[in-house]
Amino acid sequence: MEQTDAGPILIFRNVSFGFDDNLVLRDVSFELTRGATLIIHGAAGSGKTVLLKIALGLLRPTSGRVILFGLDVTEYTEQQWFDVRSRIGVLFQEGGLFDSFSIEDNVGYPLVNQPLLQVPPEEVAPRVEQSLEFVELGHTLEKFPSELSGGMRRRVGIARAIVTQPELMLYDSPTAGLDPITANTIMALIVKGRDMRHATTLIVTHRHQDGEILERYRWDDSIGGLQKLEGVSAGTRYLVLEDGRIAFLGSPAEFDACNDPHVAQFSSR
Amino acid sequence: MLELLKAPILTFQEFVLLSGRAVRGIFRKPYYWDDVFLQMDLIGVGSLPVVILTGFFSGAVMALQMSRALQKYGATSQVGMIVAITLVREMGPVLTALMVAGRNSSGMASELGSMKVTEQIDAMRALGTDPIMKLVKPRLLATAFVLPLLTVLADFVGLVGGYLVACKMLHLTTSSEYWSSAWQAIEYDDIAQGLLKPFVFAIVLSLVGCHYGMRTKGGTQGVGRATTQAVVVASVWVVVLTFIIGRVFVTM
Ligand SMILES: Nc1ncnc2c1ncn2[C@@H]1O[C@H](COP(=O)(O)OP(=O)(O)OP(=O)(O)O)[C@@H](O)[C@H]1O
Ligand SMILES: [Mg+2]
Repeated sequence: MEQTDAGPILIFRNVSFGFDDNLVLRDVSFELTRGATLIIHGAAGSGKTVLLKIALGLLRPTSGRVILFGLDVTEYTEQQWFDVRSRIGVLFQEGGLFDSFSIEDNVGYPLVNQPLLQVPPEEVAPRVEQSLEFVELGHTLEKFPSELSGGMRRRVGIARAIVTQPELMLYDSPTAGLDPITANTIMALIVKGRDMRHATTLIVTHRHQDGEILERYRWDDSIGGLQKLEGVSAGTRYLVLEDGRIAFLGSPAEFDACNDPHVAQFSSR
Repeated sequence: MLELLKAPILTFQEFVLLSGRAVRGIFRKPYYWDDVFLQMDLIGVGSLPVVILTGFFSGAVMALQMSRALQKYGATSQVGMIVAITLVREMGPVLTALMVAGRNSSGMASELGSMKVTEQIDAMRALGTDPIMKLVKPRLLATAFVLPLLTVLADFVGLVGGYLVACKMLHLTTSSEYWSSAWQAIEYDDIAQGLLKPFVFAIVLSLVGCHYGMRTKGGTQGVGRATTQAVVVASVWVVVLTFIIGRVFVTM
C-alpha cells in the first residue's frame, strides 16, 4: 500500500449513515491532520460510535466519502480494509477484549493476526510486555479479562491498541463509567501515547475534563507525568455531534466562545 | 401483509449471505485448526452423554411400543428390523440433531452474541481477522464432522436399547434373531440417508447458531433472545429437512 505523508490522515466528506431507514449520521465532514487531536463530544445516541466504526471500515457509509492515509477507502472490500486497519489502533467503548484469551494473548492478537505486520514470533512476547509496561500492567500477563477491574481492562485495551505502533489512534469513551482518579490515569496514558509516539488521535468522550487534559497538557518523560502547557496546544480541535449532525467543529478557543446552548453544555467550565 | 413478511425475508437473506461466505471460506485460507478441534471437543465429546441416553431410550421405547403390535401379527421375530429401520432412517439423525441444536446451536448463538454485544467481533475485524473464518468456519467444520459420528453412535446404542427390551425384558425373540433381522433390514439406501441427514443438519445447526449470534443487538437481553431463536429455528429446520430428505429417498 502506498504511503502518503502529505495532507490529512482522515477525511470525512459529507458522510451519512443509516440503519435501515433512520439516519444516525447526517452529512458529516471533517479533516484530521497528521499529529492532531480531535475530541468528539455528543449526547448518548448522537452517533459517535457509529462515526468511529465508519472510520475503521466496520460500517459502510450510506453516502459520502471516507479518505484514510490519502486513499479513498469508501468502496474498499473487507480484504483491502484489513491492510488499512493495520495502521489504526482502536479502543472500543465496550472494551472488546476477548474473554477466552489471556491478557498476553489479547495484547498480542494484532501482532499475530494483522496481515500487513508480519511480526516474527520471537518478537511478539517482548512487544506485548513492553506495551503492558506502558500501561503499568506488566504483572497481569497470565490473567484473564474477567479477573481485572474495569479500569484495568480499559488499560489492557489501550495496550492492545498501541502494541502495533499505529499512526492513528481511535478511542471510544475511554473514561466512561470510571471514577475520576482512574479516568485521569487513563487520560494521562492517552496523552502519553500521543506525545511519545506523535500519534494522530481521535477521541470520543462525555467528559469535558478529558478534552481539557488533551488540550492543555503534554507528556513529560523526564518527570514521568503530565505537564501543563503554556497556552493551548495548536493541534487540538473539537467536534460536537447532535443527532448525527455536526453542531460544532473548531478550535478550543472557538469551542469556549461558542454560544450555541447545546454546544455550551459540553464546554461548561 | 408485505410489511409482515419483510423482517423474516430480510433475516433469511442475511442467513443465506452468511452461509455463502462461510461455505466459500471453507476452501480458502486461513484455517484455524485449534478452534476446529476445540469445537469438535465441545460438540462431540460434550454431547456424548445426552446422545447416548436419548439413543438408548429411543431404541428401547421403539421395541416396547412395537411389541404388542408385533405379537398381534405373530411377527415378534421382526422386532430387530423395525428398531433398526426407524433408528437409522429417522430417530437417530433427528433426535441427535435436536439434542445438538439444544446444546450447541444455542451455545454458539449465546457465545457469538455476547461477543457481538461486547464489541469483540468488531475488535476481531479491527485487529485483522475475519470473524467468518475465525468463528463461523471452525464451528461449521466441527459440526459437519462430528454430528454424523454422534448419529452412528446413537443408532448403535439405540439398537442395544431395543435388544435389551426385546430379548432380556419381554423375551420377544432370541438374541441372534434380533441382531440378524436388524442387520439384514438395513440397506445401503438407509445408510446413505442416515449419514446424509446428519451432515445436512450439521450445516444448518451450526450456521443458524452462528447467524443468530452474529446479528445479536440490544445488550445482554439480545443475547437471550438470539439463543432462544437459534434453538427454535434450528429445531424446526431439522424436522422440515428430515421430511424433505426422506421424500427424496422414498421417490428414488
Ligand atoms: N446495530 C444498530 N442497529 C440499529 N441502530 C443502531 C445500531 N447501533 C446504533 N444504532 C443507533 O444509532 C444511533 C447512534 O448510536 P451510537 O452508538 O453511535 O451512539 P453514541 O453517540 O456512541 O452513544 P453513547 O454515548 O451512548 O455511546 C443511536 O440512535 C442508536 O440507536
Ligand atoms: Mg458510543
